Amino acid sequence: MSRANMRHVYGWLLLMPAAILLVAFTHYPTIATIIDSFFSKGNPVRPSRFIGLDNYRLMTDDPIFWKVLANNMWFAIGTIPTSIALAIAMALMVNKALPGRSLVRMAYFTPTILPMIAVANIWLFFYTPDIGLIDQVAGLFGFSGHNWLGDPDTVLPAIIIMTIWKEAGFFMIFYLAALQQIPPELAEAARLEGASRWYYFRRVLFPLLMPTTLFVLINAVLNSFKLVDHLFVLTKGGPDNASNLLLYYIFESAFSYFDTTYAATLTVVLLGLLAFMALAQFFVLDRRVHYR
Amino acid sequence: MSAFYRSRLAGLVVSAFVVAMMLVVSTAVHAKTKLTMYYPVAVGGPLTKIVDGMVADFMAKNPDIEVDAIYAGNYNDARIKALAALKSGQPAQLSVMFSIDLYELIEQDAIVAFDDIIQTDEERAWLKSFYPTLMENGVTGGKTWGIPFQRSTIVMYYNKDAFKAAGLDPEKAPATWDELIETGKKLTKGDGSQWGLMIPSTGYPYWMFGALTMQNDQVLMNSDGNETNFGAPATVEALQFWKDLGGKHKVMPQGTIEWGTLRQNFLEGKTAIMWHSTGNLTAVKKKASFDFGVAMLPANKRRGTPTGGGNFYIFKQTSPEERTAAMKLVKFMTSPEQSAKWSMQTGYMGISQAAYDTQELMEYVKGFPYAAVARDQLQFATAELATYQTGRIRKALDDAIQAALTGAKSPEDALGEAQSTADRLLKSYR
Amino acid sequence: MTGTRLTSRDFADYLEIVAAWVLAILWISPLLYAIWAAFHSSHHAINFELLSPLTLDNFREAMSQAPFLRYGLNTFILVSMLLTAQLIVCTLAAYAFARFDFRGSEIAFALVLVQLMITPEILIVENYGTLAKLGFVDTITGIGLPYMASAFGIFLLRQTFKSTPKELEEAARLEGCGLFGILFRVYIPLARPTYLAYGLVSISHHWNNFLWPLVITNSVETRPLTVGLGVFGAPESGVDWSIISAATLLSVAPLLIAFLLFQRQFVQSFMYAGIK
Repeated sequence: MSRANMRHVYGWLLLMPAAILLVAFTHYPTIATIIDSFFSKGNPVRPSRFIGLDNYRLMTDDPIFWKVLANNMWFAIGTIPTSIALAIAMALMVNKALPGRSLVRMAYFTPTILPMIAVANIWLFFYTPDIGLIDQVAGLFGFSGHNWLGDPDTVLPAIIIMTIWKEAGFFMIFYLAALQQIPPELAEAARLEGASRWYYFRRVLFPLLMPTTLFVLINAVLNSFKLVDHLFVLTKGGPDNASNLLLYYIFESAFSYFDTTYAATLTVVLLGLLAFMALAQFFVLDRRVHYR
Repeated sequence: MSAFYRSRLAGLVVSAFVVAMMLVVSTAVHAKTKLTMYYPVAVGGPLTKIVDGMVADFMAKNPDIEVDAIYAGNYNDARIKALAALKSGQPAQLSVMFSIDLYELIEQDAIVAFDDIIQTDEERAWLKSFYPTLMENGVTGGKTWGIPFQRSTIVMYYNKDAFKAAGLDPEKAPATWDELIETGKKLTKGDGSQWGLMIPSTGYPYWMFGALTMQNDQVLMNSDGNETNFGAPATVEALQFWKDLGGKHKVMPQGTIEWGTLRQNFLEGKTAIMWHSTGNLTAVKKKASFDFGVAMLPANKRRGTPTGGGNFYIFKQTSPEERTAAMKLVKFMTSPEQSAKWSMQTGYMGISQAAYDTQELMEYVKGFPYAAVARDQLQFATAELATYQTGRIRKALDDAIQAALTGAKSPEDALGEAQSTADRLLKSYR
Repeated sequence: MTGTRLTSRDFADYLEIVAAWVLAILWISPLLYAIWAAFHSSHHAINFELLSPLTLDNFREAMSQAPFLRYGLNTFILVSMLLTAQLIVCTLAAYAFARFDFRGSEIAFALVLVQLMITPEILIVENYGTLAKLGFVDTITGIGLPYMASAFGIFLLRQTFKSTPKELEEAARLEGCGLFGILFRVYIPLARPTYLAYGLVSISHHWNNFLWPLVITNSVETRPLTVGLGVFGAPESGVDWSIISAATLLSVAPLLIAFLLFQRQFVQSFMYAGIK
């Protein structure tokens, strides 16, 4: 075989371990999920059989499904813009000559390296009614206790705040990296031109940070679908599914109710959403970002 | 590709594995019998250490048996893990699981009835030695599938100091719903620093609700596990009462109340009365800085509480040797002596009269009469909510309760929806 | 005019410094509070008595109630095994993509990138089935397997390898290096910063991962710290706040301490991984 042809062989051989693992744990399960969603739940007495779109009909009739979908949306809307805004603010502040800069930066970044399950443990106590820290502090000012995680109106915001705390510092890092690429002369020039800080930020800095924002945005959206660890500790999705999220519902369906085919159906929706986001990224956002 | 073929395939793999294992076992003549068991913990205190200690005692007495007792988390986790282990070909031989997992386990064809294992008359007598009420969740279709172990009822813990401070008789706990409201009002402080009552509504809301409905003379399901009575007028009334405790009478915080942090709330004096599992008794006793009392739950039309907690199950996928060894372990753990010890260390109830007849427990109860409240309440107790499709149906009821308590839906609508969900899920089991 | 503007700018600068510090204190305080609570009895912690006596009882209790040392060992084994496997698998694949213009490489690369979106967390149900068939349920290898081929790692290393000057490869070839010789003598040494960055990101990700390990592990011998902590601190068990705080600290301590010691490397690694 010629050397040029060997190239193909070597290429594939080197790729082989990764390819096998990826096919086994990403591509095969993706396809199997779609296929399983057309089958009924089976058990040793009644084997699983093909039922077409029945699982999907069941799903569209399932109020919990719509509820978790809406929750996922609110969770994303609640966490992402605020986290990004905070991340930018943090990055701008830490990028300057600031007394104790590395301490400040550390404070912002530390929540990022804590596991979500530990974060939830810590925050559970803040939110606990009456004896929790928030209610105790509020009590000092004469407010009576509130059942933050037990009230369907406050449970999602409570979780959103916790998530922002956890994630803002992570996103800050990317902005910090981007800011360090921007030549300081730019700020100097703007200053000499007499541009206000806000003008400089809005017209110069923010557009320059756009690629980072896109990157962060995609990560944040992905995270908002993947991150359910805290529910295991804080609410188990309650009260009355007010804090339930799609992936947690998938977990419940598969491992609490042993309804793997319904879980597969729900997973297909999740896969669809992710695919949609991937496409949106490539076709819409990509163009708008690189206008400079 | 379909789940069907997959389970067939898994079955083949598993049976090949089992055959291989049996060959290995039979060649090693003097090999120890190894048992793996999962168990859950749902209340506070160092319960894992107590179980581990009991298992160690068992192994010391039975050197030919080795037991690996694995703490799996809450009741849900224990079931998930035990069944998952079963499917993955590294099965446990026995486990302590939720008493109400019965139908799910039968449907999964996972467990074997004790009637099919026992051989001697002595063992038949043993099967009859437990409190009958505790057997209700373990028996269906005329066979016994679960042996009571960590069993409980809901009891009312109350803060005697708070009672005194409010001018109430600390020896007289409220015995009816009306008294509960009245007492609660006296105990509730306007500034929110102390509530009259807390009934937890996360974790296991359906369980607390089982008590309220029973007190309203209504059971939640039939004994075949294929009918529920969520929409019945007495059920709706019970939920309305629960909701009114917070909304109308203002003796309890509105919204849901966390199961896990409730004990701490009680110990901190944030609530004067709490309803909780008797399994918390020893932990409360150790930590309370005030004088506290324990009483039966109050009555409306009658007194009532569901039983609760975990039973021993033996899995079908076991060799005869393993079954014999598992039986030995179950018998040991549920023996009067062990049950008495377990009861004293945790607050869970002794599971047989013989346990309460042991010298130790008799003396303990004499010195601490509250240890017998859960047992005395048994005469008013009923089975815990258990049906086919338990997970889904329980969630439907839990969601309905939480929706009503948080004001999202009226009790009637919420329970009506739960009932129609249950009807849909159970149709094929009737 | 200029003078007044300068002072207003100065004032704004001060304001910014104050804001930065207020936010920093706000941000770190939950963790500080947890640390404080872990060293006090739960009664004192709940009533927020700042000057109450210090105690180590909570740690003693937590350690005696759950085998956190074992969990820690499991996590350590998991993270080091997984990182080793990831480095090998990803290096080989990245090498293939960067330097072997093989047939189908573009489609293959696109298929690799799919994993950036569809991460293993999402496919827990199917992956559980697969691992059950392979007999890897309740093993540490089982926790790691779905993550061993990391699209992120392959992507990162491919970028780095591609930016390595071709001349260096030619020089090595003239010295008689084979395919692997070139990889080990040229590409890997030059990609050291990437390896460091990826390594730190991977370690902190898998140290903290919860859902998949929860699903796939059943026993003390395999549970990583996060799952152990989740099982331990489940609210059903009747939360004793201070003991949970102690347990939480025990679980995060190794990574947290590593982070505090090597803060610069951590931050730069995350930055570096983000730019690529």
